[in-house]
Amino acid sequence: MNMMSEAAVEKALDQKMNSVPYKMIGKDVSVYYGEKRALFDVNLNVRENTVTALIGPSGCGKSTFLRTLNRMNDTIDNCRVTGKITLDEDDIYDPNIDVVELRARVGMVFQKPNPFPKSIYDNVTYGPKIHGLARTKAEFDQIVELSLQKAGLWNEVKDRLHEPGTGLSGGQQQRLCIARAVAVSPEVILMDEPCSALDPIATAKVEELIHELRANYTIVIVTHSMQQAARVSQRTAMFHLGNLVEENDTDKMFTNPDDQRTQDYIMGRFG
Amino acid sequence: MTEITASSPATFVRPAQTRRDIGIKKRYRAEKRFRVYGVAAILTGLFFLFVLLWTVVSNGYTAFLQTTISLPIEFSEKVIDPKNERADNPAKLMTANYPLLVRDALVKALNIDPANRALVKQATDMVSASARTQLRDIVVANPSVIGTTQTVSLLAEGNIDSANKGQIDLTVAEANRKVKDKQIEWMKMLSESGSLTKSFNTGLFTYGASSRPEAAGIGVAALGSLYMMLIVLVLALPIGVCASIYLEEFAPKNRLTDLIEVNINNLAAVPSIVYGLLGLAVFINFAGMPRSAALVGGLVLTLMTLPTIIIATRAALKAVPPSIRSAALGLGASKMQTIFHHVLPLAMPGVLTGTIIGLAHALGETAPLLLIGMVAFVVDYPGSPMEPSTALPVQIYMWANEAERAFVERTSGAIIILLVFLVIMNLGAILLRRRFERRW
Repeated sequence: MNMMSEAAVEKALDQKMNSVPYKMIGKDVSVYYGEKRALFDVNLNVRENTVTALIGPSGCGKSTFLRTLNRMNDTIDNCRVTGKITLDEDDIYDPNIDVVELRARVGMVFQKPNPFPKSIYDNVTYGPKIHGLARTKAEFDQIVELSLQKAGLWNEVKDRLHEPGTGLSGGQQQRLCIARAVAVSPEVILMDEPCSALDPIATAKVEELIHELRANYTIVIVTHSMQQAARVSQRTAMFHLGNLVEENDTDKMFTNPDDQRTQDYIMGRFG
Repeated sequence: MTEITASSPATFVRPAQTRRDIGIKKRYRAEKRFRVYGVAAILTGLFFLFVLLWTVVSNGYTAFLQTTISLPIEFSEKVIDPKNERADNPAKLMTANYPLLVRDALVKALNIDPANRALVKQATDMVSASARTQLRDIVVANPSVIGTTQTVSLLAEGNIDSANKGQIDLTVAEANRKVKDKQIEWMKMLSESGSLTKSFNTGLFTYGASSRPEAAGIGVAALGSLYMMLIVLVLALPIGVCASIYLEEFAPKNRLTDLIEVNINNLAAVPSIVYGLLGLAVFINFAGMPRSAALVGGLVLTLMTLPTIIIATRAALKAVPPSIRSAALGLGASKMQTIFHHVLPLAMPGVLTGTIIGLAHALGETAPLLLIGMVAFVVDYPGSPMEPSTALPVQIYMWANEAERAFVERTSGAIIILLVFLVIMNLGAILLRRRFERRW
């Protein structure tokens, strides 16, 4: 596949964006931390096999919204979520939904690379182990190889799978975390500023990886870098003070946004 | 850069520099002073530590040696079993007049006139009264020795032992002295013939309580302490760790848990004797458990150790980075799985260190044990934690109250043994910490 055709495919995909079905639908999502309200009736939908970037100034609620998508907010004591979020057809805040199963379907990569202080192999197999995705050593070996290949890490670590994951460089650790998330075959991957702790080269590698993962996964990424949002995403959502300001195709967002505040933020006038 | 330095006028720099100089000199002096205080504090501490160790070791090292007198004992049938009835009546061997054998042997070895009762008394006083049981045990274990002559190494009496170690002032008038001139003469004689010797004091480690210092040892107390440590380990570790995990990871943060937390922190500072009173009231008076038993001691020490373990464990759990928890939860691990697969293993060094320090604390605790009757004269090894026993620190406390010179060195000797145990436990804590510590 040469560069031209790839770009053409890309373009075609982007143009068809409006016909891509929704993977997750957020309707009137509000989040409260105790008395404080952090999100105000956000209506934001995530399209299948699309990278959706969430941008906005610090404290605007983009990470909070991301964390409602796999119920990581549950772990915060006084956090309360109202509204409705569906994954395919399932209401993820339905009492009958098992949060363990939800997080197997909606994986997460964090801001700071956080591999377990175990071997690279054990890091990748932990998810499949607790979800019972594999039984024999051969099956686990296969999952490890496949996941690390998808995360672009296989060639770098295939000879030292049993060395500690914490011994890798920052960028490698982050890709290990992506491999770990991919290993449980999620449908959606949430990324909370995955490159903010990485140098530009490692960032480029992770961005390239996000680009490749898009073929098989739906990705939602929170980022502080406008350039990154422009580079990796097809859809962008702009948050401000707990409100969703605008959600649009990335190209349009960065060239001709509908909302003045988006324009101001992208131009660096506030934030 | 060059432009800025060149353009900045000298008149502008000077006032700022003079003002800054005053502050800097003062700050350096303050820092120097503070360092001197710190070094002085550490040196004071080291000085007292050295004095303590020097006193204990210089007083106590002799306790690890014991004077013995080897005598050819004639196990005469006439004395032990004159009517030859041991086949029908084994109790005969238990009640035989064994001191007579010792007396005969001494009279022979020292060439004393058996009719001179005063001299014979002085001679028999040189050998510990525990010789009776020693000879009895030899005969009971092997009745065939009757009728033969065996060389037996008998414990020297406490004062003779002290005199042999040079701890008795011989310039004092004989009448005011525990060791008589004639006995010293005999000691020299026996020493030259090689029958009076100093050897390693295994008895210190194996004997139980005794009013005769030469036959007193920490064996029973050490076993009692071992029982209690096992009980504390088996009860306090799981209870403490479970309580900490619940409080730290599961319990809702509200007034009740705050109250519990404050109380646990306060319990760690409660005087240990209060735990003794609690044990007396609850375990002995209410639950009707036996007094002086290692079981009750272990339970009391468990209560005392729990706050230490809980505080250490909670601190260790708190120190595990939240990113590890997020990672596991984000993968779909349940809370239990997150804690037992990731958080607890990472907190283990802290938990183990806290546990061992709590155990070491419990090992050295005396006050609560006094209240539950463990300050007892226990001669026989306790077969189970339900039987009466004492503990190492209590044994030290009891020996410190004794008058004989030979108990002084034994007190210090037992302190040395206790300190060695404590050092070993703390070393164990350090090694475990090193072994389990992981980077993240």
